[in-house]
Order: sequence, then structure tokens, then C-alpha cells
Amino acid sequence: MLAYAVRRLIATIPVLFIVAVLIFMLLHLGPNDPAAVIAGDFAQPEHIERIRQQLGLDQPLYAQFFDWIWRVLQGDLGASIYNQQPVLNLVLQRAEPTIALTLSTISFAVIVGIPMGVLAAWKAGSIVDRVVMVLAVTGFSLPVFVLGYILVYVFALNLQLLPVQGYVSYKDGLVPFFRSLVLPTLSLGMIYVALIARMTRASVIEVLNQDYIRTARAKGLSTPPILLIHALKNAAIPIVTTIGLGIALLISGVVVTETVFAIPGVGRLTVDAIVRKDYPVIQGVLLIFTVVYVLLNLLVDLSYSLFDPRIRYQG
Amino acid sequence: MISYKCVRPILAAALLTSGLASTGAVAQEQSVLRVVPYADLRNLDPVWTTAIITRHHAYMIYDTLFGLNEQLEPQPQMVADYEVSEDGLTYTFNLREGLTFHDGAPVTTADVIASIKRWEARDNAGGALAEVTESLTAVDDDTFELTLNTPYGLVLESFSALTGPFIMPESVASTDPFEQVQSHIGSGPFVFNEEEWVPGNKVVYDKFEDYVPREEAPSGAAGGKIAKVDRVEWLYLPDPGTAMSALLNNEVDYWEAPPVDLVPVMEADPNVSVDVQDPFGLIVLLRPNHLYPPFDKKEVRQALAYMVDQSEYMTAMVGDPKYWQTCPSVMMCGTPTETSAGGAERMVTSDMAKAQELIDQAYDGETVVVMHPTDHPSGPAALITAAKLRELGVKVELQAMDWATLTSRRASKNPPNEGGWSIFHTRTGLGAASPIEHSGVAAGETAWFGWPENEKIEELRIAWGREADAEKRKAIMDELSAEIMDYGSFVMLGQYQMPSAWRANVSGVVKGPILGFWNIEKQ
Amino acid sequence: MAISTVSTTRTPSRFRLLLGEGGTFTRRNPTLVAGGVIISFLALLAIFAPLVTRYDPIALDVVNRLKAPSSEHLFGTDMMGRDLFSRVIYGSRVSLMVGLSVAAIATAIGLVIGLAAGLVRWVDVVVMRVMDGLMAIPSVLLAIAFMALAGSSIRNIIIAITIPEIPRVARLVRGIVMSVREQPFVEAAIAAGTKDIPLLRRHILPSTINPLIVQATYISASAIISEAYLSFLGAGTPPEIPSWGNIVAEGRALFTIAPGAVLFPSIFLALTVLAVNMLGDGLRDRLDPQMQRSLR
Repeated sequence: MLAYAVRRLIATIPVLFIVAVLIFMLLHLGPNDPAAVIAGDFAQPEHIERIRQQLGLDQPLYAQFFDWIWRVLQGDLGASIYNQQPVLNLVLQRAEPTIALTLSTISFAVIVGIPMGVLAAWKAGSIVDRVVMVLAVTGFSLPVFVLGYILVYVFALNLQLLPVQGYVSYKDGLVPFFRSLVLPTLSLGMIYVALIARMTRASVIEVLNQDYIRTARAKGLSTPPILLIHALKNAAIPIVTTIGLGIALLISGVVVTETVFAIPGVGRLTVDAIVRKDYPVIQGVLLIFTVVYVLLNLLVDLSYSLFDPRIRYQG
Repeated sequence: MISYKCVRPILAAALLTSGLASTGAVAQEQSVLRVVPYADLRNLDPVWTTAIITRHHAYMIYDTLFGLNEQLEPQPQMVADYEVSEDGLTYTFNLREGLTFHDGAPVTTADVIASIKRWEARDNAGGALAEVTESLTAVDDDTFELTLNTPYGLVLESFSALTGPFIMPESVASTDPFEQVQSHIGSGPFVFNEEEWVPGNKVVYDKFEDYVPREEAPSGAAGGKIAKVDRVEWLYLPDPGTAMSALLNNEVDYWEAPPVDLVPVMEADPNVSVDVQDPFGLIVLLRPNHLYPPFDKKEVRQALAYMVDQSEYMTAMVGDPKYWQTCPSVMMCGTPTETSAGGAERMVTSDMAKAQELIDQAYDGETVVVMHPTDHPSGPAALITAAKLRELGVKVELQAMDWATLTSRRASKNPPNEGGWSIFHTRTGLGAASPIEHSGVAAGETAWFGWPENEKIEELRIAWGREADAEKRKAIMDELSAEIMDYGSFVMLGQYQMPSAWRANVSGVVKGPILGFWNIEKQ
Repeated sequence: MAISTVSTTRTPSRFRLLLGEGGTFTRRNPTLVAGGVIISFLALLAIFAPLVTRYDPIALDVVNRLKAPSSEHLFGTDMMGRDLFSRVIYGSRVSLMVGLSVAAIATAIGLVIGLAAGLVRWVDVVVMRVMDGLMAIPSVLLAIAFMALAGSSIRNIIIAITIPEIPRVARLVRGIVMSVREQPFVEAAIAAGTKDIPLLRRHILPSTINPLIVQATYISASAIISEAYLSFLGAGTPPEIPSWGNIVAEGRALFTIAPGAVLFPSIFLALTVLAVNMLGDGLRDRLDPQMQRSLR
């Protein structure tokens, strides 16, 4: 198991290198000049040229690339060309809201999505199944900002039950912390709930149709709840896979959600950096997001053995 | 019902939290003013960038030698008193006693001189002052002397320019003017809290306990800057809808620049006050690129002034006419340099027939590239200009981009179809009251993007700066205005004020061309 | 495949549970019809937009800005006085075009790459590594970065959304090729000396068609959402072209006083994505019940 994990870990290195090249090339396709952006609205052209030299933007591309890679390998992701803060600090500063939002969304989706899916599978073909599936496909089709604005309109503006925007750290009190997460979690979580519900339903139905379950049923083991728990256990792997795959979906959603609710997380950091062509921040954040995503997927793979003892990894 | 059982605790938790929680964060003993500024503070060095948000920041943490009061008159700020020699060539300034930096070090003339020099290397007004400066020397720690090589009417105006000079410690001010300063120590009424700064989201300032305010009442950037709150937090909320909800829900106290369209909603709430903090506001400019067809021809540029209808631009950009005015002048209206000499009033209303005549005379079917910044208040202006030009039969390519891209793109001297441009719009503040600071006016080597070249404009501009007599200066300004209108350097599209909104428990907002958070109280 | 076993008989649910899921999935699926009808309706609106609307969607009329819905302006006007109904209807052109183009291009390129990877060893090693790398970058971030740097145009947005979808198709196709090659009749064909090209034509391509149709439908749904997200974030379709994401992005500042600019395009967007997803579900159930698990 450990050897397998290490091998998988090493296998991610070429992927990450390719990612680094892709990101770098992508950023240098653009016709933009960060120096002009930095110099401000009423700067003189010759000032801009000087700033460009200061930032090393006049160097050849390959020099900029190797320079960047070399420093990344030493753990230095560079600093924002605007506020001169190290990229790593910027990300760490903003990690908490993003992690909190992601965890609350996954929890919400699992707690709501799995029971919905099981229910639909149990009552497959009935009106309950239909309703659940219609809800699921609707949830899956509701873009995050659509739901977000509707929720803000109803709960924050009209009913004034919840804060409109922002994020309160858990250090400033648990109640305000949870309150600040309710609307973003609902907006972001719906797609995820739908995804998990659909996958759970499909997997449970599949398990229910397998021979050994039919045998069990035939033997009188027909109390649905027990049966369902049994089925769910066997359906765990596709569900965990879905949760893993959904992380990519979640990252996209986080960017939009943080924008709608003005949450100072990594998603907004990214969008802001992209809009203002802050090269070091864009490179750093994309790379960090990618590393996190790759590692999470690795974790999901490795967790299979927890859910299914039949899976054994060869060293 | 499995799903019901699982959903219920969540609903219960949601109801519980919403019912129990107090209105905001945990109660704090110190008074905190929570502000939504118009933009995100990206750079901290007011010499390095001219961004207005950085200027706001600079007025928080730095002090200035002179400050403009509400009537735009330079008033001594860090300077206690000054003398001018009879020939008008030597200025002697004495600093106030007891001025200290945030780290406790006293402010000396060495700090002042280093700060002035760094500012002169970058600033328009500073550069003009440097040209007429013979020497700038310290007499002792509290007194310094400025000697000019020719009489200059704008010494105090330069030292009270909105763009500085901001006084930094000598060690900081000796940073290359083209690099950002690394330390943010000033002698202003607030201390920058670097540890709590979250770029893109939050900037925190603490009250500077040892600040020595002037005794006069605060007025604009002048007078006593007494911090009456312990802490000021700037929270950047780019979405106006979110910002307004936050203000209405008492999650923030002060919103610098709400869209005028949202003002009625806030006025309806008794807990919110709406008022104009900067009575001069901003002017909007249309700038053609003089280097390439069709705007290399004077007639086509002149057509622009006949084409535009300021009301149309202002309605689209601002809305409620209470907050905008048409401005028949190339300089900002309501200031001493306002003049309609040279037929500037033709920019107010549209005369499409005359515009068509000029276009027919000189336009040869070239494609005009109009840059359209989608995230900037001048965005709607680009849409209107494009529509109007098309009406005149001009081929228009409307290119959408964000403001950041526009600022890079407009620096390009390439032809419009090779990464260059033909027209952009922008807005600018009080600097537009002086032909020295007004970026659109310069028409020589230091000409701003668009690159007009006109010797007469340059001569008049410099003569204006050197003229000390108000009457004569007015005459020069009229001549300059006539030349600008004839040459078609740029077109004025109107002037507007930005209302600000704050909670009713906030009082003492200082009016004037800069936004300062001293004197503001929160009950 | 499954098409031949379609049955229209409705069976009682408990009976079906005992019999297996076959009944559920092969029964004629109403979602397919509903999705198809909605999409066709939207497509007709998009094609005949000039006939359906009274106003030019980009004509400015600042005097009549921010008007509430009325018989004059069905959905009201936006902050530049443009007619929102026209903008929303014309907006469906962008969404449908992006959805269709991305699905078609991503499927075509993904198919070629997937086939090559499934058949040629070195392509598998090299190209699939690059595909893995692409897949590892969160797709919306990749697309925003591309848009912000390449500049906004319909062409660029199609490229930006297509790139991250290609690896998904390529992997699907590669998987199918691998499994087809292991089937006894194909192994037999290979053993009998069948060349790559006939092998492709006779055995491999046919088995990719159904899963690809289903996958392409889902890709177009996700492309429509991606376009809306990108435009909403300000890195999408050029703003002078009315697209639903653009209309929402422009309208959200004034959401509290003029919610129409956010709500109307949102409703159309949600409905369209819903319809495409329903179409996808319906197609999947009819064409390819086995692949359900490999999707999404």
C-alpha cells in the first residue's frame, strides 16, 4: 500500500512538469504589458519602459521560464508584481475561506445527496424517484450565480436572515462563521448534491441488481433499510470517485461563488490576478490549485481500499 | 423517509444560527470604521503609481507640506510658516515642531528633501517644479530653502498637488523612483497595518497615537487631521449590489462610490446618508490617437467635438442629472481655469450636420478602433462614441477589453490594426484644473497617450505655469483653450460627482478633493 | 445495441426492481422528448430572432434606460436603454453556438487523439501525458486565464472551453478502443491479419458512436454553463455581443433595483442547460445504458 502510494506520488511529477510548461506558455501568449498596467492611468510612456526592465519582462521567454521553474523548485513562487507580497503568502492568507467553503459544500452535498440517491434507488421508478431525479437534473443545471443571486435576494435582502456577503473566520465566533457560509454553500452545493444523488442512485441500483443481493433477498433478507445499507457499502467506490471528480467542478464553482458573495478566498485571488495580468500570482495559483487537485485525486484513489477490502495494491 | 431525516438537521441548524446570531462580528471595544473604497489598493507607493486609490492610501499614512482646502487654496500642513524673498526666487520653509514618523523618529528636512526629489522624478507638477529649481537645501533640521532660477507661480500649488509630495523617511525616500518603496512609514494620522493587509480584500489602518494635528478645523486636505476612530478597515467589494447590501445590513459603514442608480434605494433607508464628498468630481475625456488616420487629420478630430452630446454620455455613465453637469470647457468646470474660449460649448450638444461636413471633407474610410473597457466607468462612453461614429458613416471596430488591458494597449504607438488604437475614454479628477497636470493638454515630448504635437499648445502651457499674475494667466488659458479646440487634442464629455453613502451613525465626513478618514466619528 | 430492445410498456415498479433495471432504462424516456422539444424551441427562437424581436439588441437608447417590463419592452431595458427581450433572445444564439461548436470540436479532436492513443503505443505514452496535464488544471481557471490573455472573441471562447474538454473525450475513446481490442471477435480479426484501418472502420468506430453522442450532449451543456461563467466573470464573450452571461454580468450591479437583467437571462440559461442535460440523459438511457457509470 505504502509502496503503491509512493509510486503514484512519483508518477504525478511528470504531470506537474507538463502543467508548469502549459501554464507558462499560456500566460505568455497574451499581448499584455503588466508594466503599463502597473504604471497607472496617467503615466508617461518612458516610465512604463523603465518599469518593464525592473520587472525583468524584457528578458527572453526561455530565460523567464527557467528562472521561474528554478525558483519554484526552491519553494519560491515569486511575488505579486503589484503589491510585492509573496505568492505563497497571498494564497495562505486566503486559504481559510476557500477551504471552509469547500468542506462545508462537500459535507452538505454528501449529507443531502447520498440519502436522496438511496431513496431514489429504493423507490426506483416511482414518483419519488422521478421527483428526486428531476430535482437532481435541475440542480445540476442551475448555474452557481443564478442560485446565488436568488438566495441573496430572498434570504439576505428580503428576510434579512443571513449576511449578504463576506466571510467570518471561525476564530471570530462559530455562529457568525456558519452564518456566513450558509448561502455560499447552498449556491455552490446544489450542483454537487445533484451529482452525488445521481451517482448514488445509479450505483445502488446496480448493486441491488447483482446476483448476490438477489440471492440475499430470496433468502428473506428483504428488509429494505438493511439491504440499502449493504448496497450503499458496495456502491461506495463509484460514489467516492464522483466526489473526487467533483472537486474539479467545485474549483470552478468556488471561483464564481467567491465572486458573487465577495468571499476573500483563493478563487477571487485568481480572478483578480488574471484580470490584472499579475503573472507570478497567476502562475503560482494555477500551479497550487493543480497540485492540490492532483493530490486530492490520489487520495481518492488510495481511499478505495478503505471502502473495498477486495482491492489490494501491488507494490 | 431517509432524505427527510438527513435534511432536517441542516434546516434546523440554519434556523438556529440565523435566530441566535448577533448582527455582525463579535463586539469590539475599539471603534472601527469599515469602508468600501472605490477600488482595490494594489500598490502602496504614491510616487510609483498615479492610481487614485493609492493616493487615498497616501493621505492616510503620510502627511504633506501643504494641503488644498475645500476652496482649493494651498494651506500649510507640515509647514509651520514660510517666507518668500522679494524677487520671488527664494522660498524658506519651517517645519512644525514635534512631527514624528510612525516609528518614533522625528521628521527632519533631510526626509522632506529626499521625498520631494523622488516625487519630482515622476510627477507632472513635480517635474515642472524641478525644471525651475536652482537648489533645494536644508538650512537645519527644521528649515529648508528652495531657490528658483526663474519666477514660478505654482510653488505652493505644487507642494499641495493631490499627487504629493508625501513625506517619507529619508531612507525610504531614497528608493529609486521607478521601484516601489518597501517600507510604509509615514507621519500621517493613521498607521498602515501591514500584517493584516489582505491584498484584493482588506486594508487596515490604526490610529497614530503620536500624530500632532494642526489647530485649524479640517478642510479638504488641509487643517487638523484628528483620527476619531481607532481603526479604519477598507474592504474591497467589487460588486455594487453586494456592497449596497452590506451597507444596508450594517456590515460596512462607508461606501465611497456607489453607482448613482442605487442612490434612491439607499436614500429610502433612514439609517443611511448619501452625499457628495468631492464637490468637484470627475471629468470624462475622449482621446483620439493623433498618430494614425483618420485622427491624424485636424478636421476629423474637430468633427468629434461637434458629434458628441454630453447629456447622452452623462446619462449613460451616471444616470440621475442631479449628479452630473455638461461642461463647456476643456478644463474642469467650477475651477479657476474653466473657460469656453475657442467655442468649447460645441462639445455640449450634438451638431451632426456640421460633424458630417467635416467627416466628408477629410475621412477616407479608415477603420477606427474604439477601445471599450468593460470594467471601468468609462465603458458606456465607448459604446456611445462607436454608435455616433457609425451614424456618421465611419467604420468602427469596437474592441472590448478590461481596463488593465486598455492601459497597456493605449501605450502602443502601433497602427490601430496592429495592436494600436484610435480612441479611448477615461475620467480624471482635479488635476484637470491645471494645464500643467492635465494629461490631455501636453502636446510635446511629454505628451500623453494619443501623442498630439503642437508647439503653440506647449508654449502656452509652460507660459501659464510660469505666470504669477492671475489676470494674465486667465488670458493665457483662453488662448490655450482656443488652440486646443482648434487642434482637437481631446473632447470633454461632461463632469460628474460621485455620491458617497454612509451609515447615519457616522459623522464628520470631510469634504474636498481627497478622501481622508480623519475627523470621522462613529457612534 | 440497446436501441433494438426499446420497449414502451410501463411496468410496475416493484416488479421491475425484482426483474432488474432493464425496464427503467429501455422504457421510452420522456426526458429525451422534453429536452428535445425545449431545445428545438430555443433553436427556432435563436434562428428567427430578428422576426421575434422588435428592437436591435445593441441599439442604445439612454433616455429609456432601466425601464421595467412593459408591453413596449417585454423584459424591460438595461442600463444603456437596450431592450432586454431582444438581448436575451439573441443571447440564445451565442449559447447554442458555443454549446454546439465546443461539443463538435472537442469530440472530433478527442476522437482522433483517443483512437491514436488506443492504437499507437508512443502516442499513448506522450500525448496522454499531456492530456493528463491538461486535465489536472481546473478547467474554468484554465479557460479564464486563456481568455484574459488571448483577448475576448467568440472564437477564443470556443477554444478556451474546448481545450479542457478534449482530454475527457480522448480518455473515453481510448478506454473504448482498449476494451474493444480485447473482445474475442476483434482479437480474432487481429489474429487474422486485419489492418488497422479496416479494424477501425469495422469494429472500433462503430462502438464509439453512441457513447460519443451522449458525451457530446453533456459537453455542450457544460460548455453553455462555462460560457456563462466566463462572461459573468468578465473573461468571456465580447461584451458588445449579448450573451446570457454578459447580460447578467452587466445587470448584477443593479440587481436590487432592476432584477430583470439578472433573472431573465438566468431563467433562459438554466432552462437551456436543463433541456440539454435531459436530452443527454434520455440519449444515454436509450443509446448506451452500460456507460452510465463512466460519465461525469
